[in-house]
Amino acid sequence: MKSTATKSYDELREQARQLRLDVLEMTTKAGSGHPSSSWSPVEVVTALYFGGMLRYRPDEPWWPERDRFIMSKGHAAPLLYAALSHAGYFEREELWRLRDVGSPVQGHPIQGMMPGVEATTGSLGQGLSLGLGHVLGGRLAGKNYRVYVLLGDGECEAGQIWEAAMAAAHFKAGNLVAILDYNKFQETGPISREIALEPLVDKWKSFGWNVHEVNGHDIEEVLSTLQLVKQLEATGQPQIIIAHTIKGKGVSFVEADFTFHGRALNAEQAELAREELDATR
Amino acid sequence: MQLGKQAGLKLSDAPLRNVFGDALLDLAKSNPKVVVLDGDLGNSTKAEYVRNEFPERFFNIGIAESNLVGVGAGLAGAGFYPFIVSFSSFLLCNAYDQIRLAVAMSEIDATIIGSHGGITLGKDGPTQMGIEDLALMGGLPTFTIIVPSDPATMHAAVKAAPDIKGPVFIRSSRVPMPFIYPMEDTPFEVGKANVVREGTDLTIIGCGMMVSAGLDAAAVLAEEGIEARVLDLHTIRPMDIGAIAAAASETGAIVCAEEHLLQGGMGSNVARVVAEENPVPMRFVGLKDVYVESGDPWDLLKKYNLTADDIVAAGREVVKAKKAA
Repeated sequence: MKSTATKSYDELREQARQLRLDVLEMTTKAGSGHPSSSWSPVEVVTALYFGGMLRYRPDEPWWPERDRFIMSKGHAAPLLYAALSHAGYFEREELWRLRDVGSPVQGHPIQGMMPGVEATTGSLGQGLSLGLGHVLGGRLAGKNYRVYVLLGDGECEAGQIWEAAMAAAHFKAGNLVAILDYNKFQETGPISREIALEPLVDKWKSFGWNVHEVNGHDIEEVLSTLQLVKQLEATGQPQIIIAHTIKGKGVSFVEADFTFHGRALNAEQAELAREELDATR
Repeated sequence: MQLGKQAGLKLSDAPLRNVFGDALLDLAKSNPKVVVLDGDLGNSTKAEYVRNEFPERFFNIGIAESNLVGVGAGLAGAGFYPFIVSFSSFLLCNAYDQIRLAVAMSEIDATIIGSHGGITLGKDGPTQMGIEDLALMGGLPTFTIIVPSDPATMHAAVKAAPDIKGPVFIRSSRVPMPFIYPMEDTPFEVGKANVVREGTDLTIIGCGMMVSAGLDAAAVLAEEGIEARVLDLHTIRPMDIGAIAAAASETGAIVCAEEHLLQGGMGSNVARVVAEENPVPMRFVGLKDVYVESGDPWDLLKKYNLTADDIVAAGREVVKAKKAA
């Protein structure tokens, strides 16, 4: 069982770097995908899967007691697949079939098509509701798993997110943890310019959630906050961690250009990106 | 107008929605995995019968259909069998994309109940009526689509649902439907249409309340010397191609009748099968590109040509066309 694995912060940072490299290779080989959206929540996903937070069994993917991880921002599928493969759910070779005909490694996640993929996402705004369903089911079945949902910031414009937020507080879903990858950009531009979310903390608070803010690239801070929300489970208040992140984190020219949303790096760009990521080793 | 009277069917006092509530409660008693998700209409859909006995397995998610479907799908992921219940109009039109991803594409085991299907909810008017539900469900691969025609098949369908692999849609209704089948040992097999009346001159293919109307029509046609077979196509998908092909080859003429828009409903799907298997003259009874208004259900059926009389007229016509061919 991987949940007890303890890695040093340095090892986790190296794990994060490996995930970024895999996302790069996958999307560049596929010639499409969302590398920048996959890079912003890398440390969050690393903390969950490799920092001892999620309880899971790669050889028994649908273990009923498992903690759930739902990738609501489905366009970060490459990151999800990379994490699952590094966690031991399937061979890493599968990653290079991203978006190929006949491959289960679909452009956006399809529930159950790969082991460990909990939900079909990609039409945005749907993951939090699914997470709440898992919470209610776990409660009814007398299980004590936790449910983590990774939200994009853009998808918080969808009404369903707020329907789910309202219901989660009503049902006292203390073991529901939303992590909002607040990279400040949606497809067409800066969120503040397109359709502003602020005041975001106040919005979640007013819906009855306990709100935490972290630097989403600081693995220590992410981990300590994930530990904290575990301890707050008994309060019955749903928990949200607003992770301030940088879209395209790790590759300077992608960080500087939001149009990389939904666009893979070409071979030359990928070479430059690889050099940058290798330099941070 | 009294549905099933001309055919001599035994009337039911209970609206089909009440029958559904009873059936769901029966199932919940025998299957502890069954959970019910309500969109704050449990007193209308009668899903509340379960709330009264098993409150811990009943979740009112409120007037938020997108979330309703998502939470239901999550409960399936947690190992339960969800019945997601609301008016078919609100549920399908508000939460189509959620049903598409979280239920259909994910191929989860779950049942969606579209209550108040058709126009016979009557006086609440077109905003509440589910006249496009079969077309919408038809647009979602992986769903089994069932339209019970009487109390017995409603019970049988609800009971059968958890054993069906993948998602299921069952249409419920606000009005009573007469008994076509016995409540015990009801002949009901998913995907297998029932011949409820034999005949050789034409086949009336119906679903829901239009099966009773079809039986009434057959009784009238018989007085004119026209013997109609009546086929209860309770499962719209998977469609019983064999029964439809047999209807075409053995009777040579088909009338389809449904309480639904003609576009994308039962009849248009039957026509596709007939066109491929054995083209014969066809006529269609259903709603023609229209939103109907508030009104007494039976007045509305009359005004919008969804009665046994309309099936009779279509039957005469199609037999004439068959002879002319």
